[in-house]
Amino acid sequence: MPKTFSGGIFLEDQKNLTADKPIRKAPAPALAILPLQQHAGCPAEPKVAVGAMVQIGQLIGDSEKFITAAIHAPVCGKVIAIDRRLHPNGIKLLSIVIENSGETTVHPSVTPPLPPENLSPDQIRQIVRRAGIVGMGGGAFPAHVKLTPPPGKKIESVIINGAECEPYLTGDYRLMLEQPENILWGLWAVMQATGAIHGIIAIEDNKPAAIRVLLQTLQNITLPQNRQNDIRIEILAAKYPQGSEKQMIKSILGREVPSGGLPADSHCIVTNVATAATIASTIKTGSPLIDRVITVSGGNIKNPANLLCRIGTPFIDLINACGGFLEEPTKIIMGGPMMGIAVPGIDVPVLKCTTGILSLSKAEMAESLVQPCIRCARCVDACPQLLLPNLLGDFSEHNHHPQAKEYGAQDCIECGICAYVCPAKRNLVQLIKVSKQVINSQS
Amino acid sequence: MPDLIISPGPHIKDKKDNAQIMREVLIALIPASAAAMFFFGRSALLLIFCGIVSAVFCEYLIIKVKKVPVTPADLLSATLTGLLLALMVSPVTAWWAVGIGSAVAIIIAKHAFGGLGHNIFNPALVGRAFMLASWPVMMTAWVRPFDAVTSATPLAENPLPVTYLQLLIGNHAGSIGETCILALLLGAAYLFWRRVIEWRIPVAYLCAVVVFSILLRLDSIFQLLAGGLVLGAFFMATDPVTSPVTKSGRWIFGIGAGIITVVIRISGGYPEGVCYAILIMNAATPLLDRYARGRIFGHGR
Repeated sequence: MPKTFSGGIFLEDQKNLTADKPIRKAPAPALAILPLQQHAGCPAEPKVAVGAMVQIGQLIGDSEKFITAAIHAPVCGKVIAIDRRLHPNGIKLLSIVIENSGETTVHPSVTPPLPPENLSPDQIRQIVRRAGIVGMGGGAFPAHVKLTPPPGKKIESVIINGAECEPYLTGDYRLMLEQPENILWGLWAVMQATGAIHGIIAIEDNKPAAIRVLLQTLQNITLPQNRQNDIRIEILAAKYPQGSEKQMIKSILGREVPSGGLPADSHCIVTNVATAATIASTIKTGSPLIDRVITVSGGNIKNPANLLCRIGTPFIDLINACGGFLEEPTKIIMGGPMMGIAVPGIDVPVLKCTTGILSLSKAEMAESLVQPCIRCARCVDACPQLLLPNLLGDFSEHNHHPQAKEYGAQDCIECGICAYVCPAKRNLVQLIKVSKQVINSQS
Repeated sequence: MPDLIISPGPHIKDKKDNAQIMREVLIALIPASAAAMFFFGRSALLLIFCGIVSAVFCEYLIIKVKKVPVTPADLLSATLTGLLLALMVSPVTAWWAVGIGSAVAIIIAKHAFGGLGHNIFNPALVGRAFMLASWPVMMTAWVRPFDAVTSATPLAENPLPVTYLQLLIGNHAGSIGETCILALLLGAAYLFWRRVIEWRIPVAYLCAVVVFSILLRLDSIFQLLAGGLVLGAFFMATDPVTSPVTKSGRWIFGIGAGIITVVIRISGGYPEGVCYAILIMNAATPLLDRYARGRIFGHGR
């Protein structure tokens, strides 16, 4: 029996649009736009000036702070501007704009580190820190911070999150099929850095090919200190939001991350498949995070595909690389259709945490008017955090935020399931987010 | 550059909406309505017609007075209320009485409390309680199916006048839509299949009736099949608006309704207790939602 959690729903995954399409290299953009804030934490500061010539992999933004991430040039060329540019999140943020010269010179700082077996936990964290790696599943939390367990918290298990439970997205699935060794090496590095005893790769049961490939690779691979023997594959029920950290830990280990706590409180950390693969290639080649795999899909994209693209590529370049739109787009989503954000323009850049670009057809989106709540409790039965979303929505609508707090608004993981199932079409998750913001600003 | 819509996620929604839920409950009541017409003929047809027409008319009128748009969900919900009320009355009930009952259900039980989603009590049950209080003789006069010879409802008879098979099939005296248990179970199966209702309330309700009947040395199978229990447990107690949203609340709601039903049946002034049992538990619903909350993920047990 595949492992699972309570609540959640089965979504039509729409992954057949791109699941069988191998990762294809997208052309490097003519203009790369690199916001200095692509991650949780403090923004990076520019380390180059307008007019400077940069090479692939060169450090162009960094910060002295701990929770931050370095930014590197994804192309060769000239820095033509450092100013505020439209960010996928809808506001203008300080960005470095590089005009691609078309050359492919790699900056001399990009050199392979020591052989992996000789790396200490601190060295692994240093490499990850310098490469600017963040959580690539959408969270964008700086990876070196995650690899530094809080004092007094023992990490027993590292879980590689291969659930990819959002519909449409298939980038992680393709990585599992095409780069299984990298994923295992990345898992090894995270286990090494955190001192974890077990490594777990978690995959939903609707991806049997990925399960097969990883099992085979695990049998044939030899990792330093024979750590492959400490790694196992866990098969999870294909259910949304299986990829949510808390639900994944509950499914696999049967533990609940305490309210307000971190996975480390449950003695584990969860890292996305793409992050693991990136950590592995950085450890092997020294290359920083300058490209990633994204899925360009949806009913309004001519030839949906999985693309390996440079960070900073404008969305429209990648959409054009997939044959363009079928009809005038009304909405473009960064990420999955459940938790992704609607972007303000077609030329916003791909970020380190961009998992996909979606343009849905009108039939797929189905916008409709809000009706009165009939208290059907579909949201209650689906909520993976066991909240009462309909009541939380009422509290938010009436500005009863203290009551929302009492009913656990802050435990909401914002998966959007309540708004998805609601037959009255209330945007419950949005109402709860409002309450959360008010509560957090008051405390 | 095209103007793009910026709206919060989720960007996809389930196809099911309020109107679809009402439609599915109406479909689930087709077998019971057909059985009513089969056993009680034209009087059943007339009662169902009057119940629905009056409910929909009142709904439309009130929404117009409120100056808000009329939606399919409103009209379907009123249709459902009218139909359910008609199914709960005796075949000798006057057509105008059902019409007035429906009007009370929609105007007083539903719209006086704020309309769809805001009423505390199940409108159809309020309509029936109103009719029972207003025309007690008419509402408790029963006739046999087909020949319309005066007869008592099995619940009022002693000793048992009907067989279990008769109760299942429905050829005995009773409210027009409550006698044919098979038709109701068929509708209930459809509701479960379409995931319109959740199992906790009906299961708790029916189990409570069985267990409580056994404790009181009553014929538990008879208690289960007679009267309005099956219609009540699957179609009334599961009314989402007037039942708890919390899972433990649903258990308490069902068990409470079961116990009150049996208590009214054996010691109340009426032979049947389903209507008042559910209405009383409706009143408890806000309390259950407040105090019978479950544990939140990540909080200790």
